[in-house]
Amino acid sequence: MIEFFQHIVNGLSLGSIYALIALGYTMVFGILQLINFAHGEVFMLGAFIGMYSTQWLKLYENPSLSSLFICLAIAMVGCAIVGFTIERLAYKPLRGAPRINVLITAVGVSLFLQFSGQLIFGSDPKFFPTIYSPEGMWNIGGVTLSPLHGVVFGISIVLMLILQYIIFNTRLGRAMRAVSYNHDLASLMGIPTDRVISYTFMLGSALAGAAGVMVGVIYPKIDPIMGVMPGLKAFVAAVFGGIGNITGAVVGALTLGLSEEFLVAYWAPTFRDALAFALLILVLLFKPTGLFGSARREKV
Amino acid sequence: MFNIVKVTGNACLALLYVLKPSPPFWGEKEGFCMKQSEKINARKTIKTLKWVSGLLLLALLSTSCTKKDKGASTESDEILVGEVLSMTGPEATFGTSSNSGTLLAVDEINAEGGIKGKKVRVITLDNQGKPEEAATAVTKLITQNNVTAILGEVASSRSLAMAPIAQQYKIPMVSPSSTNPKVTEVGDYIFRVCFIDPFQGKVMAKFALDTLHAKRVAVLRDVKNDYSVGLANFFIETFKAGGGEIIADQSYSAGDIDFKAQLTSIKAKKPDAIFVPGYYTDVGLIARQAVKDVGIKVPLLGGDGWDSPKLVEVGGQSLNGSYFSNHYSTEDKSPHVQSFIKRFKEKFNIVPDGLAAMGYDGAMVLFDAMKRAKTLETKDIRDALAATKDFPGVTGKITMDENRNPVKPAVVIKVVGKDFKYQETVNP
Repeated sequence: MIEFFQHIVNGLSLGSIYALIALGYTMVFGILQLINFAHGEVFMLGAFIGMYSTQWLKLYENPSLSSLFICLAIAMVGCAIVGFTIERLAYKPLRGAPRINVLITAVGVSLFLQFSGQLIFGSDPKFFPTIYSPEGMWNIGGVTLSPLHGVVFGISIVLMLILQYIIFNTRLGRAMRAVSYNHDLASLMGIPTDRVISYTFMLGSALAGAAGVMVGVIYPKIDPIMGVMPGLKAFVAAVFGGIGNITGAVVGALTLGLSEEFLVAYWAPTFRDALAFALLILVLLFKPTGLFGSARREKV
Repeated sequence: MFNIVKVTGNACLALLYVLKPSPPFWGEKEGFCMKQSEKINARKTIKTLKWVSGLLLLALLSTSCTKKDKGASTESDEILVGEVLSMTGPEATFGTSSNSGTLLAVDEINAEGGIKGKKVRVITLDNQGKPEEAATAVTKLITQNNVTAILGEVASSRSLAMAPIAQQYKIPMVSPSSTNPKVTEVGDYIFRVCFIDPFQGKVMAKFALDTLHAKRVAVLRDVKNDYSVGLANFFIETFKAGGGEIIADQSYSAGDIDFKAQLTSIKAKKPDAIFVPGYYTDVGLIARQAVKDVGIKVPLLGGDGWDSPKLVEVGGQSLNGSYFSNHYSTEDKSPHVQSFIKRFKEKFNIVPDGLAAMGYDGAMVLFDAMKRAKTLETKDIRDALAATKDFPGVTGKITMDENRNPVKPAVVIKVVGKDFKYQETVNP
């Protein structure tokens, strides 16, 4: 029984990482109806920005919670800039273009970043320096949780709550929701849609950057194609929860994390990656709008 | 160049006309009912067609030309040896280490005056750690560079992708450290200079039983990796025969980063040791999660795939007290080994790991065979390789058996902090 609860804890900690990436997908989709395939690569860049800033600031000499926060902040700002640049250079010129053009561009940007990463950082895995390694183990009735995972889980929850606050309680959030509801009408009402879209990209990318650093801290092996699988899985999680829906993305990601954990633990470890895509096919077959998504009627 | 393309293009077009006299598909016939723009389009099509067909024909011609060149290199004053390794990618240190070993061997053989009066030159191609790239690279080396022999690969999966091609062109291939038995079974032109996994699995199983007194062992293997799957099977075979019990047989795929699910299941079964026959990048992460996240305190065991300075970089203190089998130990006191380490340090300024020693031995065995061969024809080199007997390698005496595998001792290494300490030698 203890083993069972242990798997639940493991699954949730894995799911919270997917959730941070899935949020970026779902926000951009909500506002632009664009699946930003380059999002997984922003996550990868977050990990690398984190690694290089750690080396540059020598954060590894003094592993502590504050080092982790400094690293997170740098990676989030760095990724926000990356997200802003991607949007400006790749997607903004295509604003009026058919959706398929933008989608193909997104795939192109994704591949461009993967291979530039291999060129610049080298394709062999890099070691992410230890910036926070708490000793000991939390033990609740036999179920153990390493404090590192606890802290990472806590940070993800806090980041998600901040996002929720921004979207539902600020002017920017209201503008984002308005643009997502009706782009043209929002711009007629005086909302600077281009700026709102930029902010959305920056927010989503900052979350991906945070996820990159946290993955680097927990699994200290990073490489330029590390974003592909988590990116795709986060995308599946977003679709599963109902793409465009914030709560849906989080629930979808936690579900995916848990089901992966149980699949590996009790059935077939080799089907780990297949699971996400099987889930995607099932969702698209039986409930294409996802768990929390609502079908939007398109006027013709 | 321009003219050749144009002429060949015109020739092709004329040929098309002859072969297909009824309405040409570029639409010249309907001249009067065509709009001006369509006419321009049609003209453009013809132009592109000329260019494309011209280029195609030229490409054909040039490939047939290179084919004619084949064999010319044997008359030149150097011996070309091709080398395919993972210089980048997840197992980059496998490639870079082996390559350093090869380069040292080439320097030494050329300093001695080369082989049969010819200098040796090595062309190294990177396969990024991918079997399909390894196959492309070996084809390129054989068909375009016309190499006389192939060195590589380290990983068995990639050697298995290369071997059928080398065998098909009858080019001798020497793998420095692919331990999976299937590699040399591909054909009579495929050799290796390392021991094979049935032996390596036996060494670790015996070590677990006799030295660690482990009775219950769990296995965690990489299912994407021929080497890992094979080694796990051979380990289980011997361990069970020796009275041990395999309490869990879990797997993962290379590139996974989260192993907590497998490790949690293993921990619940209370093993005495865990056998992880993977490559160093994954093993580092597995060890880290086993100790720090899941709280496993038993030693991990592994094979020569662990041998890399990167192992402890990722794994950190978590690997302290783990054991793996390897080809040689830097603590070996024999003058032959120490002299190799000294020469290697002078050239590259680092201590050679096991794969560097294997790279050196692989190249040296090949050069030795080339010296003994009657001529530098690939057939003669193959025969000389097969006749290798008591070659004094850094990693032990190398004698090819009838299956082109050497019979050699293995050493067991203990990870202590960031160092690899010699534990014991096991003879076959």
